[in-house]
Amino acid sequence: MPYPEMMIKPMREEVTRLGVQELRTVGEVDEALGPGEGTALVFVNSVCGCAAGGARPALTLALQHGVKPQHLYTVFAGQDLDATARARSYFAEYRPSSPSIALLREGEVVHFVHRHMIEGRGPEAIAADLAAAFDRFCSAALPTDRLP
Amino acid sequence: MTGHVFHPGHEPLHGVTVVVEGTSGRTWVGRYHERNERGVVMHDVAIHDPATAAVSREEWIEKLRRFGIAVDEPFVILPLKEAGPIAPLVEWLETKARPAPAPPR
Repeated sequence: MPYPEMMIKPMREEVTRLGVQELRTVGEVDEALGPGEGTALVFVNSVCGCAAGGARPALTLALQHGVKPQHLYTVFAGQDLDATARARSYFAEYRPSSPSIALLREGEVVHFVHRHMIEGRGPEAIAADLAAAFDRFCSAALPTDRLP
Repeated sequence: MTGHVFHPGHEPLHGVTVVVEGTSGRTWVGRYHERNERGVVMHDVAIHDPATAAVSREEWIEKLRRFGIAVDEPFVILPLKEAGPIAPLVEWLETKARPAPAPPR
């Protein structure tokens, strides 16, 4: 059951103020992820303080890194149910968990951060892993012989 | 683990994805809620039973690590007599996971 919107508004804004586009409808998700162009990060936001309390600050830190995905999106699990389900259909081989973070390149998942990789870790450690993934998968000048 | 409890009043493992090695030989992986007089309460639990599983426990957990928790039971109270060692999944992987055997040449 969704939480009162007033309660989660700060959690949405903690992500959207970073310049991350929130997708709240199926149509918005398809418009954003359907073309599968370039690199895109999808942050599955969550109310759960056990993990999301670390995930959002980690995203803040990671997006200060020099290399970033071209497109930044977020959906809110447990709140925007249809949009979240549709977003997850773009990385359906990965089991749903929230919070979680998918990194896509040309529509293919190249890196995935599950909830269990967030729990109990500090934002700095999570952000460092994300930044390493950005370096690996989002560098524009990556020579083709270095592609994974 | 940092030891930080996000929800005051809960145990440090609350909300953390753990591996419980059952005394029956089964392995339980899910989100730890609490331990009470009835047992260990877990959410969204995947279960490996060596009697029926197609793959070894190590292969099964590696798949969970990579693709996420394939939930068999949304809610479990694991009797205390079944609940053996409990460790966060990430710590279990660091300390107990054995590399898969190399494929035959």
